[in-house]
Amino acid sequence: MTTDLTKEPERTPAAQEGAAEISGAEIVLEGVVKKYPGQKAAAVESLSLTIPAGEIVMFIGPSGCGKTTSLKMINRLIEPTSGTIRIGGEDIRGQSENELRRNIGYVIQGGSLFPHMTVAKNIALVPKLLGWDAKRISTRVEELLDLVGLDPSRYRDRYPRELSGGQQQRVGVARGLAADPPVILMDEPFGAVDPITRQRLQDELLSIQRELRKTIVCVTHDIDEAIKLGDRILILQEGAQIAQYDTPEVILGAPANEFVEDFVGSGSSLKQLSLTRVSEVELRRPTTATVGEQVAEVKRRAEANGDRSVIVLDSRNRPVGWPWLRQLKGDVVLEPTEDLVNLDQRATLNDALDTMLSSSHGGAVVTGDRDQYLGVVVFDAVTDHIRSLEEQARG
Amino acid sequence: MWDFIVERREALLYNTFQHANLVVQAVLVATVIAVLLAVLITRVPRLEGPANAISAIGLTIPSFALVSLLLTFFSFGSLPAFIAVAFYAVLPVLRNAVVGLQGVDATLLESARGMGMSEVTTLVRVRLPLAWPVILAGVRVSMQMSMGVAAIAAYVGGPGLGTYILKGLTQIGGANAINYALVGTIGVVVVALLADLVLLLVGRATISKGIRV
Repeated sequence: MTTDLTKEPERTPAAQEGAAEISGAEIVLEGVVKKYPGQKAAAVESLSLTIPAGEIVMFIGPSGCGKTTSLKMINRLIEPTSGTIRIGGEDIRGQSENELRRNIGYVIQGGSLFPHMTVAKNIALVPKLLGWDAKRISTRVEELLDLVGLDPSRYRDRYPRELSGGQQQRVGVARGLAADPPVILMDEPFGAVDPITRQRLQDELLSIQRELRKTIVCVTHDIDEAIKLGDRILILQEGAQIAQYDTPEVILGAPANEFVEDFVGSGSSLKQLSLTRVSEVELRRPTTATVGEQVAEVKRRAEANGDRSVIVLDSRNRPVGWPWLRQLKGDVVLEPTEDLVNLDQRATLNDALDTMLSSSHGGAVVTGDRDQYLGVVVFDAVTDHIRSLEEQARG
Repeated sequence: MWDFIVERREALLYNTFQHANLVVQAVLVATVIAVLLAVLITRVPRLEGPANAISAIGLTIPSFALVSLLLTFFSFGSLPAFIAVAFYAVLPVLRNAVVGLQGVDATLLESARGMGMSEVTTLVRVRLPLAWPVILAGVRVSMQMSMGVAAIAAYVGGPGLGTYILKGLTQIGGANAINYALVGTIGVVVVALLADLVLLLVGRATISKGIRV
């Protein structure tokens, strides 16, 4: 298979969404070196790199390649031995470490929440350090919990141990965003959660990024995650030497050398599934019902459409359930109790297949910003899409 | 014995209060000193070995010996008693404080650093609150121990229930000797139990709900 993916339109966020304004800042690394005393080889050998404003750049490479060291030099958790790093054109050594860090979001594995503080207090930490007044902080906390999909009234006063792993990680992301920093650093943020939760968190991150357009630098060891989240991927070799730094399309389609090829791994046509977003395939629009509607009316509408199930939306147009018609009982549609697994429109076809396999409907509900209902993706749409890709490849 | 107590109830109450007062003050001062030392020790890891050794050896010095030794520097009275009690009180708190502070998850500390918290803020907002349950457990041990040490401190003229025990011992064979010794001993036990209860409540009030066991 010799698909020349480079010819496809570039998947830069600007080209794709265009809508939201970039609130991120450009990061430039110039000849950055990190040598630890007593070690022969440098952990980072002269790394030069430009991370464009408003993009997600994934750092990936074998363990010990210096990806985490490189990340931590950006917020001076590790001081470079030499070289300069500029954020938004300003040398990061121009301000004190703590001042710098308060203006850079930092999210690490598991959320790393402080167990003795409530969710609200955890999120409020950096705004407090920056001296925001109580009212502004409280509004901000509410806003952020809403953004990461946690109901503020239910969760703000809980303690971390009362949350699931995924919820903790969400709070971790909210905490990183708290003071609205232009740059966010993430160190294997979704490493500690199960695959389904990870997929959801990734979708949410993409959806948040679509709104905020921060500059996000994220270390991962999972190539699929890198392909899915990254606008660009930086593949590092030992000593943080750049093996390739490009968009996922180019890296998959035209790996720069053998190392990258090995690293990206086999099954790269399967990986293409990680490149295509759900939003690129055709969505079906089955019958929907709103919580509180008359059941008789809903059934009539569904039968007219030839549907045997309906999608139930809540008052804010968010899908909450997908019952069969026979499961609709009583006079009005009730809020379903099932836990519906939705797909964000930026989820990959890979994720979509995963979700569909576990659904009894052979499809998955797709949502847009803030969980708004968009439609349903079904197997046929995905297989059609794969077929068309193959045809293109055959030329 | 009841008559014995009723006859002396005022003096008894006064001495009980004095006993509790001496111990509480000494433990409070000791806790502050121990936590400060623990912070220092966790910052300078080289100090940990010597600190552990000193606290281990310290606990083996018989309190009777220490109290007597202190007399060479101070005159009879509350001061040597206070110093002796505080000295012993520092040791369990110090140990627990070091363990508690070291037990704070390193990723949490990095997280705090990454958010731009200064070292002092990290100590006050993160390390101490997280170590607090362990420190408080040390304070409880220390408080119990100090009740007994304070009784011995009566030997150098310290205030409190120890005076009764001392009197009982010196008058052995006398009419009220057993009464003195018993009242003093039981008094110490009662005060110790009450103090422990108070510390338990302090724990309820000061340990964050998020880390309470």
